[in-house]
This record gives sequence, structure tokens and C-alpha cells, in this order.
Amino acid sequence: MTRKQRRLILIGSSLGVLAIAAVLVLSAMSDSIVFFNSPTDIAEKHIAPGTRIRVGGLVKPGSVQRGENLNIRFEVTDGKSDVTVRYQGIVPDLFREGQGVVTEGKLEAGGILADMVLAKHDERYMPREVSDALKKAGRWEETAGQTSGGTPR
Amino acid sequence: MIPELGHYALVLALALGLIQSIVPIVGAATRDAGLMRLASSTAVMQFLFVALSFAALTVCYVTSDFSVLNVFENSHSMMPLIYKMSSVWGNHEGSMLLWVLILALFGALVALFGANLPATLKAHVLAVQSWIACAFYLFILLTSNPFARQAQAPFEGRDLNPILQDPGLAIHPPLLYIGYVGFSIAFSFAIAALLEGRIDAAWARWVRPWTLMAWMFLTLGIAMGSYWAYYTLGWGGFWFWDPVENASFMPWLTGTALLHSAVVMEKRNSLKIWTILLAILTFSLSLIGTFLVRSGVLTSVHSFASDPTRGVFILIILVLFIGGSLALFAWRGPMLKQGGLFAPISREGALVFNNLFLTTACLTVFVGTLYPLALEGLTGAKISVGAPFFNMTFGPLFVALMCVMPFGPLLAWKRGDLYGVAQRLMAAFGIGLVAIAATFAIEGGQSVLAPFGVGVAFFVMAGALVDLVERTALFRAPLATVRTRAIGLPRSVWGTAVAHFGIAVTLLGIIGAATWGTERILTLKPTQTVTLSGYEFTFDGLTQQAGPNYQAQVGKFTVRRGGAVIGVMEPSKRAFAARSMTTNEAALLTRGSGQLYLSLGDSEPSGAIAIRLYYKPLVMLIWLGAVIMMLGGGLSLSDRRLRVGAPKPATKSAAKTTLQPAE
Repeated sequence: MTRKQRRLILIGSSLGVLAIAAVLVLSAMSDSIVFFNSPTDIAEKHIAPGTRIRVGGLVKPGSVQRGENLNIRFEVTDGKSDVTVRYQGIVPDLFREGQGVVTEGKLEAGGILADMVLAKHDERYMPREVSDALKKAGRWEETAGQTSGGTPR
Repeated sequence: MIPELGHYALVLALALGLIQSIVPIVGAATRDAGLMRLASSTAVMQFLFVALSFAALTVCYVTSDFSVLNVFENSHSMMPLIYKMSSVWGNHEGSMLLWVLILALFGALVALFGANLPATLKAHVLAVQSWIACAFYLFILLTSNPFARQAQAPFEGRDLNPILQDPGLAIHPPLLYIGYVGFSIAFSFAIAALLEGRIDAAWARWVRPWTLMAWMFLTLGIAMGSYWAYYTLGWGGFWFWDPVENASFMPWLTGTALLHSAVVMEKRNSLKIWTILLAILTFSLSLIGTFLVRSGVLTSVHSFASDPTRGVFILIILVLFIGGSLALFAWRGPMLKQGGLFAPISREGALVFNNLFLTTACLTVFVGTLYPLALEGLTGAKISVGAPFFNMTFGPLFVALMCVMPFGPLLAWKRGDLYGVAQRLMAAFGIGLVAIAATFAIEGGQSVLAPFGVGVAFFVMAGALVDLVERTALFRAPLATVRTRAIGLPRSVWGTAVAHFGIAVTLLGIIGAATWGTERILTLKPTQTVTLSGYEFTFDGLTQQAGPNYQAQVGKFTVRRGGAVIGVMEPSKRAFAARSMTTNEAALLTRGSGQLYLSLGDSEPSGAIAIRLYYKPLVMLIWLGAVIMMLGGGLSLSDRRLRVGAPKPATKSAAKTTLQPAE
């Protein structure tokens, strides 16, 4: 085999692997991407029920209701609109009324049926999606949010 | 006084760094041995000054000097000593100081152990190392000074984030940083080679031990981080494909590729340009990782407070170093002479395959991690790419790589005999098939993927041993012969086999925990019993306990199997008053290679408590495999051929090709 042929084999197989990877990436992309929405987005955009979405905002004070079998229902607000979230399971330690939260789940007629609720790690940290959503709704005060002094993972 | 001393020491390190950035290059250009030698002294001095600075910050933490803003924000006088010391890097400023400390340490090690490097190469390497160091000294001094004082010293600190008050913090970041930053040496060597316009097999022999060392620490660091997240986040997950995790995983993937391509370069003087590119990419990914973690541009389960202005500074460093090095590569790379030829089916070919798959797998992780950022920048839409994406893209590529892995070490250099190797692997293949059949029979055909994965894992494990069995003549020769042969085998052969065995062990653990794990989430009243996978858990009640700086609510559970008590599990929730935060301390009970995992949720006034209960079979193998991989790396590192600082041409042919100018 000449150097040229060998190089062709090498380049050919590299392109082959890259093509496989591209196919995998594209097929996985269409299935496993979840869009983030603020409660206002949900109220304004008409998202088809059954779509998986992420919603972030603050847990509306006074809205948390705990039921039997670890069922919990609360409202996520960005100050303009609210959305009801239903969840079964244990919420994170830092889940509290008035705190930032990100939930992910299926959109239904009455709100979101969540299978994931993320709160934050640090009382000074606000998930960026939440702070952006609040900024958009005009409910964000710079001073209340991020301060200096972070912590690494 | 002490904080000012630390600050001043850091400024001095910067001054030394600036000298080291320029003078050795001038020396190399003018062939002035004195100027080139200067780099060794400044590298050692730089390390001493950064170490002094780091020690100063540690003293501030240990003595709880709350006049230092950083100490005030991240410490508390009641914290145990170990957490006071580890909280030095439990915050942004301090962790960057640890970053430069390790960077300076590696620079000093090259200066001390690089006595037999060619003078110009050493001068260039140390200069490049110093460019990186200066960028980060400036970053710390200009945007994240850990020594900033406040006028009024408060009486008490605001405490370290309770999640970080864990032995994990003492171990994980230093290990991870030694790995991350260790790749800077490979980067510096690559840039130095490009500056000199020449590269040879000896270069690979100098670079490999450093890369191997960094890789070992990164492997252990990632595994440690995974275990820490597993027991501390309370969800029983060991890997979330979270941006912060991916940030540390990407350099691991390209670093692993670099280790393998450097072998080809060392033995066969081939793949030079590719190896240089990998060295640049690996450290670039380390820098990108630092940027992702430090800037908070991506939402992560491991995220903490971050400051966008710092992100911009790191972004500038990133653009300068990655852009600059890739531009230099594009300009000088083609000048490097190509080396030996090889057939597609050969050891070289197998290593190219390895590189191809590792880098492609890394690319898919990269796309998944940064796509949300790119999309938001372009369209403003916010998305998240979840674990399914990575499982569907990274998974198949990595499994393909694993299937081919046993072939590599058995193929001959230059031109291999695939059929012959396949015959030698028949036994391993048989073991894999038996494993598939056995798994299928035991689990009763619930899933197809799991038995297949177990088969691959066993095939790789057996395949790793085939080489050893053949070369030591085990089962064929008397034991004494086997022993002498085993001792006589190069350590790097042992290293390869052990490391490949380790990754298969990890795969087995991942399959076990992901496929056969069981979980229950429920509310339990005292004296009630719940059963999971044959284990009975009786809730004995809740008690309150006082810790040094927290109040703990401890649940007591007696675990029985078949009526016999096998242990007591005491998960707890700790409430930290200083930050009004609670943390979850899961209780773990190890059963063989599996674990029972119990964490507490909210308690109800009636005395009932919500619990999460997991049984995770084989889960310990995930981390055990990583430790085995690291041991394999250590064995390779102890190979005579690769001893740090004592590289000697291994063969005559290698000696001939040393110092071969490209022009």
C-alpha cells in the first residue's frame, strides 16, 4: 500500500466515525432536548400539552400544598404569571417558599407534572435561567441576587 | 500582616513569572546558556512564593481571621480544623490560588527533574508554562484577590457552604486540579516543540510521564467527585452528565487519547502532528472546564454563586491561549516531518482507532455541553440537554471502543495479523459469551442491553489478561518460570492490562447500578418496616444530635435480611444555623460490591418521615474500576523507560531518530 492509500483509509475511516457521531447527535438532539420557559412564556406561547419543558422561577409564597404519598403541589412565579407544578417525591433540601427553583416535566392542561425539581446549592446562588426569567418580568433586583464569593463544586 | 504577606508574595510570583516568560526565550534565540538556565531558578522561586501565598491564606483560615473578606464569607470559628483548611479552596478565590499553586508546582518539577532535557527545549517549556501562570496570577490579583480586607472585622464568619463541609472537599479539588493543571506540561511541551519547529521520539518520552501522572490524578479526581456527589446530593446518582462534570470529563477523554498517541510517537516516530494537537486540545479543554465552572454560564446541579465579570476575564485567557496555540499549530505544524508508515491493521492502527473514537466521543460531549450556550447566543432560546442525549451518543461510541480494545495490545507494530489476534482472543470471547448467557438467564430477559454490556465488560477483562497469561506462560510453564517472566515483563505491559481491566470493571458497575438498581420513595412511621430487594428496613425513630456547628436530625433504621440483623443505618439531616441551610447525609451500607442507600426527606409532625431507599448492586465497581485504572497508570509510570526525569533512548532506532531537525 502506498502512503497515499493509507492516508485515504485513515481519512475515510475518520469521516466515517464522524458521520456516525453526527447521526447519533442529530437523532439524540431531537429526542432529548428540553426547552426552558418562564411562567409568562407558558401563559403567552401556546405550547402543545404533553411537551416536556423546563420551568423556572420562584416558589410562590403560600402556594405549597403537601398531600398524601409525598405528593406536593406548588406554584412557580416570575412575578407576572404563575404556573402550577405537581410532583411526587422528595423535594430538595433547599426547596422553600420564595426561593428559586427549576422544574422539569410534562405540560398538562392544569400545569406541569414534574419529575424533577432542582433547587439551589447555595443560598446566594440563583440558577441563571431563573434570574433571566425574573429579569424579563422586571422582578429582579441586582443586589438580592448574586454576590461575590462563590464556591466550587 | 499575614494576608498582606500572602498578597505580596503573589505579586512577586507574578514579577518572576514575567521574567520567566521572556528571558529564556531570548536566551534560546541567542544560545545564551545563562539566560536559559535562569528559567529553572525562577520556576522554583515562583513555586516557593505561590506556596508562601497559599500558606498565608491557610493561616488566615486556621486562625479564623475574619478581617479577611474571603475568610469571613467562607469560614466559621466553630468549624473543625480539617474543614477550615479545606475551605481555603472551597471558594472561588482560594480555589484559583490552588490552581496556580499546582501550576507553579509543575513548573518547578520540570525545572528540578528536567536536567537532561535539551537546554533550549527546557527554556521554551518553562517560558510557556510561565505564560499560563502569569495570565492566572493577573486573573487572581485583578479580579479575585483572596486577601482583600474589610475595614471592620466581624465577630463571626458566615460559614462554609454546608454541602462543602465534607471530607470530599479536602480530597476532590486537589486531585482534580493536579489532573487538570498537570496537562499544562503537555501543552507547554507542545508549544515549545512548535516554537522550535522540531519534534522527535525523545519528546514523546519526556511528555508521556507527565501526561500519565496528570491522567492518573484526573481519573481519581473524577471518580472521587462522582462518589462525593453520589452520597451527598441524596439522589443516589453517580453521574448526571452535568456541564460541570462534563468539564472535567472532556480533558480526561482527550488526555487518554494523548497517552495512547504518545506511545505511537515514542515507539514508531509517527502521528507527531496529531499528538501535538491532542496536547493542545487537552489543556484547552481544561481551560474551558475552568471557564465553565468559574463563570456560571451554564446551569448545573453543582453550581454555586458566580460573578460574570470574572467569566469575561477567563474567556479572554481562553481565547488568547487556545486561539494562539491553534494558530501557532496551523503555522508551524506542517513543518514537522512525518514519521514511520504502518498498515491499517497494526498496533499503530489500533491506537489511531482508539484516538478516533475517544476524540469523537469527546466531541459529542462537547456538543451536548455547549450547544445550549450556542443556541441561546444565536436565537435566545433556552434549552437543556439531558442525560439521554449523552447516553445515546457517547454510549454507543464508547461501547464500540471497548469492543475493539482487547485487540490493540495484541497486534504487532507496523503490520498486524487480525486473524491471529482473533484466535488468541477466542478464550476471552468465550468468556464474554458465557457472561451474556448467564446474565440473560439470571435476569430472565428483562433487557437486551444489559447482558450485552456485561458480555463486553467480561470480554475486555479477559482480553486484558490474555496478553499477560501468554507472556508469562501461565498454565504452560512451572510456577517459578511464570514468576520470573512476570517480573521480567515491562511494567508498561502490566500497566496497559491493569488499566484496561479497570475500565471494564467500571463499565460493569455502571450497568449493574443503572439496570438492576431498585428504589423506593415513601413515608415511614416509627416501628414500621419496608422491604426492598429482600432487605427489610425498620424505622426505629428520630433523634436530635448536636454537631460542632450544626444540629442533626438522625434517623435510625435496622436492616435485616431473612430475619437476621445485618446492620444499622443512620441517615441524617444537618441544619446549619449560620447559613440557615440543611444538608442531607445519606447512610450507606456496603454489601459486597453493592450498596444500600438511605436518605431522609421531610419529617411530619406525626413522627413519620419521608425516605429514599435504594439498592444499587455492583455500584462500588464504578469507583473501584477507576482506582484500578489509576494503579495501571502508576505501573506504567514506574516503567524504567518512562521514569520521570530519566528518559533514555529505549532502543537503537529511537536513539537514531533523537534530535532530528525538521528542516
